[in-house]
Amino acid sequence: MHALEKILAKASGKEDVSAGEIVNAKIDLAEVNDLYLQTIKSFYEMGGDKVWDPSKIAFVLDHYAPAPSILSASNQKEMREFVWNQEIEHLFDVNTGVCHQVMVEGGLVYPGMILVATDSHTTTHGAFGAFGTGVGATDLASIMLTGELWFKVPEVIKIEIKGNLKRGVMAKDIILHILGELGTDIAVYKAIEFTGDTLKNLNISERMVLCNMTVEMGAKTSYIQPDEITLKYLNDRGIKDFKVFETDSDFEYSEVYQFDISNLEPQIALPHSVDNGTDIGNVKRMKVDQVFIGTCTGGRLEDIEIAAQVIKDNKVNKKTRLVIIPASNEIMEKAVEKGYVSTLIRAGATFSSPGCGPCLGTHQGLLAPGEVCATTSSRNFPGRMGSTEADIYLVSPATAAAIAINGCIADPRDYLKI
Amino acid sequence: MNTVLKGKTLVYGKNIDTDQIYPGRYLELVEPQEIASHAMEGVDPNFSEKFNKGDIIIADKNFGCGSSREHAVITLKTVGVSAIISESFARIFYRNSINLGLPLIICQGILDFVNEGDELEVHLIEGKIKNITTGKEIFGEKLPSFVLDMIAEGGIKQYYIKKKNVKK
Repeated sequence: MHALEKILAKASGKEDVSAGEIVNAKIDLAEVNDLYLQTIKSFYEMGGDKVWDPSKIAFVLDHYAPAPSILSASNQKEMREFVWNQEIEHLFDVNTGVCHQVMVEGGLVYPGMILVATDSHTTTHGAFGAFGTGVGATDLASIMLTGELWFKVPEVIKIEIKGNLKRGVMAKDIILHILGELGTDIAVYKAIEFTGDTLKNLNISERMVLCNMTVEMGAKTSYIQPDEITLKYLNDRGIKDFKVFETDSDFEYSEVYQFDISNLEPQIALPHSVDNGTDIGNVKRMKVDQVFIGTCTGGRLEDIEIAAQVIKDNKVNKKTRLVIIPASNEIMEKAVEKGYVSTLIRAGATFSSPGCGPCLGTHQGLLAPGEVCATTSSRNFPGRMGSTEADIYLVSPATAAAIAINGCIADPRDYLKI
Repeated sequence: MNTVLKGKTLVYGKNIDTDQIYPGRYLELVEPQEIASHAMEGVDPNFSEKFNKGDIIIADKNFGCGSSREHAVITLKTVGVSAIISESFARIFYRNSINLGLPLIICQGILDFVNEGDELEVHLIEGKIKNITTGKEIFGEKLPSFVLDMIAEGGIKQYYIKKKNVKK
């Protein structure tokens, strides 16, 4: 069996499971974000009274943090009241950050668990050897009611990555490249495991980027076998009580793909599809109106650090806006301590409060018709960040910073001593 | 439950994501009728003029990809889409649709089989799709029996309510 199958087997009280089988699994953590008041509505519509286990539910108010409208404020108010009335233990309010970052920082994510959240990017937690998957509001409500959810055991695709990244090339470039090669529906109903020697040099944040964007290939969940890097990270956060599952040597993957990233160039995904990636050098130097560094894909400390290193004493181009939103308050605090925030503010950046920001087109930097945006987030769908007549380009944080200086498409390696 | 559905078709392309089906700027809305007023706004600004209650949406692969927003299903279900037939569906959208009782059929080759405006007769149990306009037939994947049960109940909410009442 694959480690993911072992996780599902244990959670559903079975000796073994195999791909295609439907199982009813016990959920270790169910997370609801502030887009989904429907979760609470569905819970009561299904006859819910008390939630199954207040210690295994988290609410994260991150998509509208802080509330930009009366309606979103009212939705958040109802959610807080539900949390307090139900004595739910984990409330991450608008002062904390994006769910996939704050649950990790809060010590709620560990190997071998099943984490279900009302957010498609829950695949992120494969970086810890957890089974993380996204669902809609009503599925989540059924977990709040019963503590269980049905799953079809997924086939597993193996993606082996070899080689070391060159300076100025990041995990985001790896995943944009893989997406460009394999497409947006390669893993629909399936899981993706990353293996290979490249991982030995990727820290937790970088692994989270890879796993985060597997959902853009359609994946149900993702997996990276926990190793010393994972265990050290968890130990530093005081997380010790978990079991690491391992894949049997005779397990058969549904597909295996190999990538050598030794000579990978910075990547850029053109509008309006995530798999529309190419080398940065292949794209003409068009004007960019807004650069966004942030989100569960590209708003971690390392991302803000590289942006500060690229920008250094340069200024943001006068005809371009640079919006930076750290993925969490913890990251914001560290970025202040290390001086990255000062560097970036002096250069002309706008910082906004931790949360999802303009990634999903709700607030904090939307795009006008005809505008062009380069972003470290994960989606360039039409209208994703505002007007359907805006163009969104997906890039790494290093590339985003280089673009902010130039006001047009640029290569970060021109600003980093190699 | 009616397992044979009839409706005219509206045809869309591949990778129709949930941001296009239901743009993010309306995610704070909670009432189904309000949510319904923005159906497919990012895909087709003329959708509400073209669409008639009971119509069937036809799409190329990976329909419903992207965000997990249940609003995307609520909007289509509330305007009165009777079924969606696609080469493939993104998995969260698929689950959401079943949960809310909106039938989906995965059907390879559906785009060569249908032109926009054709009238179809969809047999959910057999997975059979009859094009009344052209007289042709095609088979999609059959829905698993527990999915049919869930749709027959009207969705997962009714399923749980019934289960609870049985317990009592």
